[in-house]
Amino acid sequence: MMRYLAILLAGLFVSATSAAAQNGPLRIEITEGVIEPLPYAVPNFVPEGTESTEYAASISRVIAGDLSGTGLFREIPSSAYISGINDFAAPVQYADWKAINAQALVTGAVNVSGNSLVVKFRVYDVFSGAELGNGLQFAGTVEGWRRIAHKVADTVYSRITGEGGYFDSRVVFVSETGPKDERKQRLAIMDYDGANIQFLTGSEAIVLAPRFSPTGDRVLYTSYESGFPRIYLLDVGNVQRRLLEQQDGTMSFAPRFAPDGQTVVYSLTRGGNTDIFTLDVTSGAGVRLTSAPSIETAPSFSPDGTQIVFESDRSGSQQLYVMPAGGGEARRISFGQGRYGTPVWSPRGDLVAFTKQSKGRFHIGVMRLDGSEERLLTASFLDEGPTWAPNGRVLMFTRESQGADGRASLYSVDISGRNLKPIRTPDGASDPSWSPLQK
Amino acid sequence: MRLMTKAMILTAGLVLAACTNPNSFGRGGGDALNGAGAAGSASDPTSVAYFEQAVGDRVLFAVDQSTIASDYVEVLNGQANWLTTNGDFVAVIEGHADEQGTSEYNLALGARRANAVREYLISRGVAGNRLQVVSYGKERPIEVCSDEACYTKNRRAVTVLSSGLSG
Repeated sequence: MMRYLAILLAGLFVSATSAAAQNGPLRIEITEGVIEPLPYAVPNFVPEGTESTEYAASISRVIAGDLSGTGLFREIPSSAYISGINDFAAPVQYADWKAINAQALVTGAVNVSGNSLVVKFRVYDVFSGAELGNGLQFAGTVEGWRRIAHKVADTVYSRITGEGGYFDSRVVFVSETGPKDERKQRLAIMDYDGANIQFLTGSEAIVLAPRFSPTGDRVLYTSYESGFPRIYLLDVGNVQRRLLEQQDGTMSFAPRFAPDGQTVVYSLTRGGNTDIFTLDVTSGAGVRLTSAPSIETAPSFSPDGTQIVFESDRSGSQQLYVMPAGGGEARRISFGQGRYGTPVWSPRGDLVAFTKQSKGRFHIGVMRLDGSEERLLTASFLDEGPTWAPNGRVLMFTRESQGADGRASLYSVDISGRNLKPIRTPDGASDPSWSPLQK
Repeated sequence: MRLMTKAMILTAGLVLAACTNPNSFGRGGGDALNGAGAAGSASDPTSVAYFEQAVGDRVLFAVDQSTIASDYVEVLNGQANWLTTNGDFVAVIEGHADEQGTSEYNLALGARRANAVREYLISRGVAGNRLQVVSYGKERPIEVCSDEACYTKNRRAVTVLSSGLSG
């Protein structure tokens, strides 16, 4: 059984107190209080050959950025080091790291040869004086150095927390420029941390709400390029797109994939009435799932594909409902004060994230599928549209600032409500969709 | 600077761009005339300018509502009469919402508003195949402040004319 350091993320709102300056096995304290981040060190990875020097330093910095960015870890600066790591193969001087209270230590070596890059690394539980897991190596291309760094950080995160990682992932979103009344929108994709932005469409037409396929290779989105909102399917690799659905006199929007990567659930509006339908991306065969005079929209599949959570104003205000994947009787799950929209099922299946409007404020929140344990994680003038990190522990969403100069940007927050922070993007950004972990 | 430009356009009221971009939408003065040629003078009752200014091209809605308020019945009766008289024109009715609300819901709400106008015009004798609807949700406000003064103008359905000649 894998032994973890001080952080255990079992359960919903769990945090742990790292036991500073403690000898022997670390004590795990599960509380709902403020977490004390776990101190760790990532000395610059050892470059093997002069070509490797720059990459070794950059890779170490990306790993530290990933780990510290979770809010669960605190990096000890290199200025505090007693000894460095100059030889990846040499035994670790635990006493030197213990003395500066580094509970975890990550060492590595980087070898660049032509266009290939190999990173070897090890993780140590300093206070136990033992390696945590075995040494690993990742190989790739020089251009892919950031991905390799994220993979190393995912491994470190997993070994210490017992959770899956989320750093080697991407986010597709709507990049926005211009004032509110003349906004230009285009689809863009980037690494989860805002690096490597690429545009996927031009800005001629309004584009909305891109959503990754379960394998991250395709994106569904809504575009007004025909003059009406319609659903398109875009191949991320070759940036080719095709219209998925077109019926005269209708609008279609809010698409999401089922876990099978083949079925799309979406909203279709005809005669002013909006209902939920599914569509097979290959055959085009469709099924109507709801048939009500109210607004039914924002559908999202459960990870096992058997149920759909959606929003409806059938009760007179926007609320969340769950129905079988083939349609049928829906069960209301939200009952608090205010309006609930944009539900998204957690990849773990345990929670639904949503947008809540109450007393003139917007919140991102989570609740269980029976509506219990509602927890609001954020509050602002306008927070909207959460998307789950691949491990179901972090949400990213859109926050729009108030007034004539209002601008949209992306934020992330833990499901505990901690570690709220902006994702830096060069222009305005909205409608994020988080990819699965890359293969 | 930008606001001033817009204010000037609004004042002038007659500025119309012949525009083929399918994303154009009915802004302050209306700029979505799909290549139909001259908008004409407001003094010409068969002109688009007359429709927009003398008849009135839009209906405003209460928060989260799509019911046509009695204040706008006269505007819509005028629209129906104008469309009946000027049979060469077709219209796209654009529904919009203010920024208070989530994106998907506002798209559906804008569609309800646009459809309410369409249904009314049909009830006044306009052929349904001349009237399309589209919703922009909260994506295209015409007023940018985050107050009711702006929101009230953004919750709108705008009847945007184009020449039916192109089909």
